[in-house]
Amino acid sequence: MDSIIKLTNIVKKFYIGEPNELEILHGISLEVKEGEFVSIVGPSGSGKSTLMNMIGALDRPTSGDYILDGIDVGRADDTELSKIRNQKIGFVFQTYNLIPKTNAIKNIELPMLYAGMERSKRIARAKELLELVEMGDRAKHLPEELSGGQKQRVAIARAMANDPAIILADEPTGALDSKTGRLVMDLFHKLNKEQKKTIVLITHSNELAAETDRIISIKDGLIINEEKGGK
Amino acid sequence: MLLVENIILAINSLLSNKMRALLTMLGIIIGIGAVIAIITVGDSLTLSVSENMQSMGANDVYVMINPKKAEDEESKVIEGASYGTFDTISNVTENDYITEEMIKELCDQFSNDIYAVNLQYSIGNGQAEKSNNISNLNIYGVSAGYFITNKIDLLGGHMFSEEEFNSGKNVALVSDKLVNKLFEGDIKKAIGSEIPVSANGQLGNFTIVGVYEYQQNYMMGMTMGSGDDVTSNMYIPLKASNTFKHGDINFEYIQIITKVGVDSDKLVTKVKNFFEPYYKTNRNFEISAFTMGSMVSMMTDMLSTITLAISIVAGIALVVGGIGVMNIMLVSVTERTREIGTRKALGAKNSSIRTQFIVEAMIICLIGGAIGVALGIGGGILASNLLGYPAKPSISGIIISLLFSMTIGVFFGYYPANKAAKMNPIDALRYE
Repeated sequence: MDSIIKLTNIVKKFYIGEPNELEILHGISLEVKEGEFVSIVGPSGSGKSTLMNMIGALDRPTSGDYILDGIDVGRADDTELSKIRNQKIGFVFQTYNLIPKTNAIKNIELPMLYAGMERSKRIARAKELLELVEMGDRAKHLPEELSGGQKQRVAIARAMANDPAIILADEPTGALDSKTGRLVMDLFHKLNKEQKKTIVLITHSNELAAETDRIISIKDGLIINEEKGGK
Repeated sequence: MLLVENIILAINSLLSNKMRALLTMLGIIIGIGAVIAIITVGDSLTLSVSENMQSMGANDVYVMINPKKAEDEESKVIEGASYGTFDTISNVTENDYITEEMIKELCDQFSNDIYAVNLQYSIGNGQAEKSNNISNLNIYGVSAGYFITNKIDLLGGHMFSEEEFNSGKNVALVSDKLVNKLFEGDIKKAIGSEIPVSANGQLGNFTIVGVYEYQQNYMMGMTMGSGDDVTSNMYIPLKASNTFKHGDINFEYIQIITKVGVDSDKLVTKVKNFFEPYYKTNRNFEISAFTMGSMVSMMTDMLSTITLAISIVAGIALVVGGIGVMNIMLVSVTERTREIGTRKALGAKNSSIRTQFIVEAMIICLIGGAIGVALGIGGGILASNLLGYPAKPSISGIIISLLFSMTIGVFFGYYPANKAAKMNPIDALRYE
């Protein structure tokens, strides 16, 4: 299988050239294969979030290469990064980040809207995705009217909208109780198995990480351990 | 991202915070409303002024005697002001007036240009009496030209015939008010009757040949007396005037009605040249001649300048309103930082975010502008009706105002929108 994510010697520094210059990632190399379900674990302050921002094309590395689905992310400009995020990455956040006062189906339509897809296709796809996450009857509900688990399912449907190369989930169960968290994790497994989606899960829970194909542990800006999961 | 989507988004965002949206719009509403109201009132004033003046005869040439400008005019004015005296037309002597001979000469000389001359010789107040009923009158000796520029509606009888004008017979046109007073409203009985009329201490008997409908003079905004007791005009042929006033019939002022197609501006020059020899030796007075057309353009120019000046002042309210919009947009951008971060994570380009907020600012201004236009038209119509002139809202003014308010939206929305567009997505996503 081909690598869909290929990080080579990624270094990320902040406040470059200033007295308080700070190096968060010290040279991370990582490959994720297509259809793989990997987890990245590590304590807070380990550089986990910075790595996630790199993988999610929200930020560019100071040095090193990042190839995502054949695209050189490290050298992309802002507009190209927007396009990469739109087409190649589906974000799932801990706090769901649904657009307030915008109903479920409109939220799911959003990435397709930014992609310039026409209205009828957008609506058809959004409905399909709502069915996939078993939220078909909540299409017109506003985020305020949904429970945490329901919001996260809508968010996952939204992440799937443009059929991205990877789904990047940042502590997706962090704000949910264990039962709903379980449902969300089951949904990820389903997407991974049935849709062959590549999923990168960022978590601090070893228990959740153990469910994934591969567990990557980072600490102080370096990968300290890689092990096979798959309970 | 499609414009339609942005518009829907903007409207949703406004609806979710109605009170704030309304308060933000208020500045724009007041600004646009004031501008439109002022333009509407200004336009209707201009229109009514020019309509009034046109109806008075824009092509007619007005000739009047004016005091000569003295060499030490300035000191004279100051003197006049300090003593509160007006030493202008009140000092006119017999030799200064325009005489009938001059007019006859003028008409002969420019018979190709002149259609008629409106002469109005004010004899003064008089009274007509019949079986102890008295009707008050203003008596005017008039020429045939008078009725060309001053329309009267005959209820019965006939206008003065040429023979009546020329012979100076004691005939009269009276109002229906007089007929009501003296003949119990019986017009048929009145026509042909002879009534005694007194004025200037002289008495004369006049035969009524026609009865016209009395028109209240709305322009002056007041009436003399009420009901049938009003003082109405009685017209008599110019030549019949010597019943009440002896001596020459003279005029301070005449109105020349031109023939169709005559360039009245050229006639003005001719008339001035014609009168020059008569007044060359006159130390106090000279002749001035002008057309209403030049007066009309002068008046309308002045009115539009005033309208523009007041509109600019009202426009300041718009700028203040625009600053209000900018302020609220900045608050809105800060409030929605996480939303902006999320949108960016979902693939929104900087330009999409910028467009979204600019459209929102434009929609605020456009809705505010539309409400302002509606209120402005309403206010303008109300104000102009109170002034007594018909209001005509200007379409171009409305379009310009709406475009201007949209421009304000773009101008004052750009900075906040750009701030949103330039946000770092990582910081925006983390914003609490």
